[in-house]
Amino acid sequence: MKKLLIFATITMMWLVTTAQAAEPLKILTWKGYAPQQLVDKFEKETGIKVELTLTNNEEMIAKLRATRGAGFDLAQPSQDRISSVQAEFKIYQPMDYSKIDSAQIIPSMLEAVQKNTKVGDASYGVPFCYGTSGLIVNTKLAPEAKDYSALLDKAYAGRISYRLKRPTLIALAFAGGDNPFAKYDDPAAYKKLMDGVAAKMIAAKPYVKNYWSNGDALLEMIRSGEVTVAMGWDNGGWKLHAENPDIDFVAPKSGALGWIDTFAIPAKAKNVDGAYKWINFIMRPENAAVFSNMEKYATASKDAAKYLDADVRDNISRSFTAADIDNIKWYPPVSAEIEQLEGKILDMVKAAQ
Amino acid sequence: MKNHLRLGLFIFLTPVLLWLLLLIIVPHIELLIMSLHGKNDTGDMVWTLANYRHFFTEEIYWYTFVRTALYAIIVTILTFLVTFPVAFYITKVVSPRLTGFLTILLLMPFWVSELVRVYGWMILLRESGVINHLLVSTGLLKVPVEMLYNDISMLMGLVYTSMLFMVVPLISSLESMDDSLIEAAHDLGASPTTIFLRIIIPYAAPGITSGAIVVFMLALGNYLTPKLMGGKNSLWFTEQIYNEFIASFNWNQGAAFGFLLLALSSILIWSGLKISRQHLGKALS
Repeated sequence: MKKLLIFATITMMWLVTTAQAAEPLKILTWKGYAPQQLVDKFEKETGIKVELTLTNNEEMIAKLRATRGAGFDLAQPSQDRISSVQAEFKIYQPMDYSKIDSAQIIPSMLEAVQKNTKVGDASYGVPFCYGTSGLIVNTKLAPEAKDYSALLDKAYAGRISYRLKRPTLIALAFAGGDNPFAKYDDPAAYKKLMDGVAAKMIAAKPYVKNYWSNGDALLEMIRSGEVTVAMGWDNGGWKLHAENPDIDFVAPKSGALGWIDTFAIPAKAKNVDGAYKWINFIMRPENAAVFSNMEKYATASKDAAKYLDADVRDNISRSFTAADIDNIKWYPPVSAEIEQLEGKILDMVKAAQ
Repeated sequence: MKNHLRLGLFIFLTPVLLWLLLLIIVPHIELLIMSLHGKNDTGDMVWTLANYRHFFTEEIYWYTFVRTALYAIIVTILTFLVTFPVAFYITKVVSPRLTGFLTILLLMPFWVSELVRVYGWMILLRESGVINHLLVSTGLLKVPVEMLYNDISMLMGLVYTSMLFMVVPLISSLESMDDSLIEAAHDLGASPTTIFLRIIIPYAAPGITSGAIVVFMLALGNYLTPKLMGGKNSLWFTEQIYNEFIASFNWNQGAAFGFLLLALSSILIWSGLKISRQHLGKALS
C-alpha cells in the first residue's frame, strides 16, 4: 500500500512537472515581431514552446476583452492603446519591472512607456520597438510628394493608397496645420477638426486607389507601380528601397507619427515566468538586432546598434534629417471616447460615394 | 417499452439540444442583453434602447443596410440567371451519364477556401494582373485599366462565391422533373417561352426558393468579398458590425446591429416568400 502511494505521488509529481515544462508561451503579436530564428533559439535555450497569434492593435484588444485577459501569456499593443483600455476592461496585469533586465533597454524609452501606460499606481508596458508612419513614395513617379497632403492630391489620382484607420485622420489633421493631440481632452473640438478632415478625404476620394488593410498587399502594389504615394510604416518603405532605389520612406514635412510597441502581460496569463523570460531574451542586443535586421524596425534594445547591418543604420539617416527627428509626433495615450468618435467618422468616409 | 423509447430519444436528442442551447441560444441572449445596454451621460451602464435608435437616426447606418440588402437581392437574381441555364443543361440536355461528372466539375472550385478564390480573382483583375497583361500585350488596350475595387467586380465576386448554393437545389429539383411533361406541352403546341414560364419554372420553384434564400443570406452576411474586391466604396453592413466591435470598442452598438441584421433579413425573406407565394416548409423539404 505504501509503495503504491509513493509510486502514485511520484507519477503525479512527474505529471505536474512535465505539464509545466510543456506549458507553451502564447504570444499575441504583430507580423514579424517574433522571427522564427529567434523562436527556435528561445525554445532551445529555455525548453518553452512558443505559439504565435498574429493580429493588430484593435483585434488584440477585442480578443483579450472577450476572454477578460485569458488565453495569451504576452501581448504587444502600442503604448498609446494601453492605459484607457486597462482602466475600462482590466485585461492586463501590472508589469513587475524588477523582473525585467532594464539595463538592456534604452532608459528614456522605458521611462516614457512606464509613464504613458500608468493606471493608478501600476504601469503595464515595456518598450519593444518603435518606428514612424509617414509616406512611402516612388520618388521617380511622384517626386513632389513631401507631405500627407499628397494623399489628397489630384496629381496622383488613382495612384494613392492609405489605411482607413485613425493614423490617417491624425496625419491629415497635422498636414492641415492643426495639432489633433492637443484636442484629445476636448472631444467636441476634436470632432469638429476631424469632420473637416473627413470632408477633405471624401472630396479627394476619387483619387484613392484603395484603402489598404494588409501591409504586404500594400508593398506589392507599390512594387508593381500601381501605387506611387502611400501612407505606411517606415520599415515597409525601407524594405522596398533595398529592392528598388526609386522607392523610399519619406518623413512628411508636418511630422512623421511616432509609435512605440510594447510588451504587456494579459491579466489571466498562465505562463507569466515564460513571458518575462521572452522579454529579457528578445531584448538581448544580439537578438534584438536579428529582429531589426530582418524587419527594419528600430529596436528599443540599448546596445543592439553594433550588431546592425550597415544598410539598416543608413535607413534612418537617409529618411530623417535631425529636424525631421525632432518633428516626430509621438502618440499620446488615447481615450475610448475619441476612438469611438473616429470610428464613426471613418465609416462615413468609407460609405461616401 | 414506451419508457425505453423515451429514454433513447432523450439520449439522442441531448447533444442537439445542448448544441442549440449552449452555442446558439445562450450567446444570443447575452448579445441581446448587451445590445440593450448603453452608457448614460455619467458613463455608467444602464438599460437603454439607444443602440437601436442610433440605427434609425444616424443616416449612415440605415443607408449602409439598405445598400447591402439591395446588393444582396441583385446578387441573388444574377446568381439565378447564371446558374439556371447551367442546371438545366446538366439535368435535361446532356446524357444522364455525364450529369454526375459535370456536377462534380461544378463543385470542384468550392473545395478551395473562399479567401483563396477571392485572391485568385484579384490576381486576374488587378491593374498589373493577368487579364490586363493579356489585353495590353495583344494591343487591345494601350494602358492597363483598374478592374478591381468597384461595385461590378464586387458583385461578380459575390455571384461567383454563392453560385454553388443556387445550382445544387436547382439541379435536384430539375432532376426529379419528368421530361414527358415538356414533351407533352410541346406536342400540344406550346411555345418554348410558355413551356419555360408555365411548366419548368413552377416545377422548379421550391428549388429556386431555397437556393435564393441561401444565396441572399450568404451575400448579406458576407464580409470578405466586399472588403477585398469592393475596395473603397463597399461599406457592407457586416463590416459596420465588425467596426463597432473591433475599431470602436462599442460592443453594445455592434450587438444591436447584429440583431437588426437578423430581424431585417428575416422580414425581407418573409416578404419575398409572400410576394412569390412560396412556403418555407415546401422550399426546404
